[in-house]
Amino acid sequence: MKLARRIPTASPFDLFRTNFDRLFTNAFDPFETNGFTTQPFPALNVWMDGDAVLAEAELPGMKLEDIEVFVVGDELTIKGRRTIEHAEKATVHRQERISGEFTRVVTLPVEVDAAKVEATLRDGILTVKMPKTEETRARKITVKGA
Amino acid sequence: MNTMQTCCNTTPTRSATQRVAEGPTFAPAIDVIETPDAFRLIADMPGATRENVDIEYDNGVLTLHARITPRVSDDSRFARREYAVGDYRRTLRIGEAIDIGRIGAELVNGQLTLTLPKTEAVRIRKVPVTGG
Repeated sequence: MKLARRIPTASPFDLFRTNFDRLFTNAFDPFETNGFTTQPFPALNVWMDGDAVLAEAELPGMKLEDIEVFVVGDELTIKGRRTIEHAEKATVHRQERISGEFTRVVTLPVEVDAAKVEATLRDGILTVKMPKTEETRARKITVKGA
Repeated sequence: MNTMQTCCNTTPTRSATQRVAEGPTFAPAIDVIETPDAFRLIADMPGATRENVDIEYDNGVLTLHARITPRVSDDSRFARREYAVGDYRRTLRIGEAIDIGRIGAELVNGQLTLTLPKTEAVRIRKVPVTGG
């Protein structure tokens, strides 16, 4: 069985998290990290799909204009700011969602064509499609017979 | 005053009659805010759409559920795999009377916002004081 719960990832943002959870009786906080974080935000999946490298990150509630995506050489950068605002007179009982500025830089497995990178954001999921450069594409090799 | 607490915050148990979930189930991260008139619950559910989200309120217990179809095959050649994708489920117990008929739900960009209006009786009213 796979791990059935995700630890939300954050780096500096955890500092802003408040422990209202402690006020709750019998509250079990699956996201309790004791102020320490183990993973950067946002978490990324990167995989190969034919002649392209695909990267995906979960950024719920965000708009494309809040996100910057760029590729330099074999490095992909995803930058942004997630703002969470609550009404002024509201009492916050629980605050698990992550907010703040983030930057992630990851090295891609192969070189990609930076000019042809496409980023889409749908249902809170950012997908970056990066076509491989001509040089890194698999080539079919003709095997000569005897 | 704390009237909304988590309970049963585990992977759902499977019974013989239940459809067996294929993959992992995740508890979405939530914020819970209280205003004089209502509770507001915001849940991060990336990948969820109106069609695959189920919200149930039964006898003080609120259940959020979304069925998420895997977007990438497990056999893909992953260069980096930092998170898994699966259904969302979370159950919360609400200890205060909610006006069930007026519960509102909105799903935008993978973010679910639930408005749970308090019933008239439990709202704190500010009584204006007039004097001469």
